[in-house]
Amino acid sequence: MNIQRILGFSTRYLYLYKRSLPRLMEIFYWPVIDLLLWGFVGIYLKKHQGTGPDIIAFFLGALILWDILFRSQQGISISFLEDIWSRNLLNIFTSPISQTEYIVTLLLMSVIKLILASTVMVLLAWLFYTFNIFTFGLALIPLAANLIIMGWSIGIITTAIILRYGQQAEVLAWGIAFLFQPVSAVFYPVDVLPGFLKTVAWFVPASHVFEGMRTVLDGNPLPLDQVFIAALLNCAYIMVAILFFNWNFKAVKRKGLLVKNGE
Amino acid sequence: MKKRVLEVENLTKKFGKFTAVDSVSFEMYEGEILGLMGPNGAGKTTTLHMLLDLTTATSGTVKLFELGYKDARVEILSRVNFSSSYISLPSTLTVIENLTVMARVYGIGGAKRRKEIIDELMRLFEITELAKHSTRGLSSGQLTRVCLVKALLNRPEILFLDEPTASLDPDIADKTRRLLKSIRDERKISILYSSHNMAEMEEICDRLIFINRGKIVATGTAEELLKEYNEKSLEEVFLKITRSSGSDNKKAETGRA
Repeated sequence: MNIQRILGFSTRYLYLYKRSLPRLMEIFYWPVIDLLLWGFVGIYLKKHQGTGPDIIAFFLGALILWDILFRSQQGISISFLEDIWSRNLLNIFTSPISQTEYIVTLLLMSVIKLILASTVMVLLAWLFYTFNIFTFGLALIPLAANLIIMGWSIGIITTAIILRYGQQAEVLAWGIAFLFQPVSAVFYPVDVLPGFLKTVAWFVPASHVFEGMRTVLDGNPLPLDQVFIAALLNCAYIMVAILFFNWNFKAVKRKGLLVKNGE
Repeated sequence: MKKRVLEVENLTKKFGKFTAVDSVSFEMYEGEILGLMGPNGAGKTTTLHMLLDLTTATSGTVKLFELGYKDARVEILSRVNFSSSYISLPSTLTVIENLTVMARVYGIGGAKRRKEIIDELMRLFEITELAKHSTRGLSSGQLTRVCLVKALLNRPEILFLDEPTASLDPDIADKTRRLLKSIRDERKISILYSSHNMAEMEEICDRLIFINRGKIVATGTAEELLKEYNEKSLEEVFLKITRSSGSDNKKAETGRA
């Protein structure tokens, strides 16, 4: 793996965000809208709820953490789509950049976009609702790391599917993460799910993260068992995602689809 | 003795039951401009894509600089480059940004060196004034020239060009061909050139390979082909070969160039 090639290719996306206001806005627009919407819903519910757990903190914490997962997935999928839209794939894959270096570049871009979007969300949550995400303390690190890796797994699989099926599959880039939201226990505990969905949720790393988040917000220590299970699941899923991408990449080259998607 | 830079042996590509490229074999030598001709769907672009490892061959071997993609993909792709009138560059970026990104991907280190190389090539292709233009605003002719500059950034030893002048007006196309020839003379670069334009192929190529229905059906210099088929222009040779495709052609049977 060549770092210079990865950094060199990353500048392609950085130039894109420098040059395109709509693309730059896309990083911030939905997070800000979501934050405002859920923050005010939280305020309204708190007024009627009286005492009890801080519902605003639950909503905003969940929203910021969910956005970490969503952004890390989108950072990969959308960056890849940018190369399809601009008919740039053949330039990439006739250059010395390897498929691993290309994926690492997409991961790097997802981290950069994530940092930008999260910074704005954290600042707005603090300004508008006096919610400080850093009250999670060090627990924030394993929670966020698990969500990033889950987002990467979904992003890599989405990219592989788009590579295979072309732009007709691009809707996945926007919506696939939401497929996991109901069983990720983002805004409610796993307990409220019906029986079989509880089982499904157990296999979703995000559900363990959000259960952990609620435990911390209740004033308890971070449940390490939840973090550990999430990490184990993530290790398995990221490996599956990489294997799927590599297998799919070979199939795409065999079927001549790389060229069709690249021109 | 001329140095062989590309060796293709029994290259075959099947898509299901359809054979796009059928047991094609040929070589290319250092400093040679080799033309790949054929009607639409003949298999020349599929061949080109297999030579660039964009499409995996069903069978056969491709060796560039005596190396195979399986063991030396990065080395091979660092020493070759590609341009086609069917590809583009990110449209939001300016010309100079696009070329800088690709120069970095090809490992051209040092901002000063990158700038010198890019400036020199942009001057050669007369697109210096486009440096700060968004790629989106370029005409197809200008974009083709930017893509050709991209293709020369790493001083490739082999250049693969798929209909590079298809979108250029005659004057710029002529300039581009002369430029490619002078770059070949100066750098001893080998060029595999695919085009439908017979006059262009006759003008620029040292040797031609005619592909039809996935097989090599004729090969030689333009003069040799004209003599062999007793015609006055390559276009007439093209028509003759195309019309007689499927006939008993010994070269087609062996697929050997």
